Amino acid sequence: MTLNWKIGGLLLGLVFFAAVLLVKPIGVSTQFVILDGIVADMVNPDLVTQTDEGYTSTNAYLAKSKGKYAKSVANPLNYSFIFVIAMVVGGFVSVMMRGGLDKAERTMPALWRANFGDSAAKRNLATFVGGFIVLYGARLAGGCTSGHMMSGMMQTSLSGYIFALGAFAAAVPVAMMLYKKEA
Amino acid sequence: MTSIILAIVLGVAFGFVLDRIGATNPTVIGRMLNLTNLSLAKTIVLAIGVGSVLMFGGQMLGLVSVGHMSVKAAYIGVFIGGLMLGAGWALAGFCPGTGVVAAGSGRKDALFFIAGGLLGAAAYMVTYPSWKASGLLDSIAGGKVTLGTVPGSKFEGITALPGDILGIVLGLGFIVLAFALPDRLAGQPGGAARQPAE
Repeated sequence: MTLNWKIGGLLLGLVFFAAVLLVKPIGVSTQFVILDGIVADMVNPDLVTQTDEGYTSTNAYLAKSKGKYAKSVANPLNYSFIFVIAMVVGGFVSVMMRGGLDKAERTMPALWRANFGDSAAKRNLATFVGGFIVLYGARLAGGCTSGHMMSGMMQTSLSGYIFALGAFAAAVPVAMMLYKKEA
Repeated sequence: MTSIILAIVLGVAFGFVLDRIGATNPTVIGRMLNLTNLSLAKTIVLAIGVGSVLMFGGQMLGLVSVGHMSVKAAYIGVFIGGLMLGAGWALAGFCPGTGVVAAGSGRKDALFFIAGGLLGAAAYMVTYPSWKASGLLDSIAGGKVTLGTVPGSKFEGITALPGDILGIVLGLGFIVLAFALPDRLAGQPGGAARQPAE
């Protein structure tokens, strides 16, 4: 059951407002980098190291902005990382309260099935490739739908508008090409 | 400790609401992006408007700290990255936030999205020096800037317009836009896409 857009939009707006009131604007995609860093640092403990001023890394991306990401990798119990873990819990609670997701939907969404058939392997390959492009793009852009588009445009930041323009300029034609059959 | 509790409360609320507005369902995302059902677009546009009016209104009343604002830099890579994200978003039906929430809601395909995402983020970490050297990450139009100049903010404005008032005006504009957007722009009116999700 999907909420009416007026109620849903109000609730979503309140969540974004509560975040900026209490802590800071919402963002998600950085945490993919942090999790990569945590895993990589377990394999190779020399990746992130402590310095006199804080943290640094042999990876230039983790070391940028005075080791901001390196610090989060070294201290996973930080606000932004826990926030994303909590989002998973929120999704779980919501779906349980609406009676769970049916079996067919758990494998693939109806619109995909209507256009590309029942193969789970095909769907999983598509989401894997999609995930790769989405996160590579989000890190290049410096944020994703949450951080750039929603938090950014809400704060009237120029970068949020540039990002939204790029995202929809690609997303709409690709979706129109892919999903010709309605479900 | 307080910040961890806030992370849990706000994160759970965000995940919960993303699921309830249908954003974790790639069918709903696909219908928005192929323009056959814009109700999620209306939801998102309304949320941006509501958030903006409350935040800037709160700042003007002194209830919201201007220091909590966090503006990201503008550079050419923002547009290129946006294009990439948009293409992947349309293909998978997930963006980074909705992908993790969808995994929590029991969607198995979202786990593959997260795996691909972790690999994509790692690929960016490795290739970052080339992007840096290309100049495509260099700030344009002042970098971390807002459209107006927000009083008390460390971020500069690209215009001298009062940023808080501009924020409220734009926020109200988003709210009007949410109401003005039609239910659909493509496909058959009253077609299958009008059916509720799932």
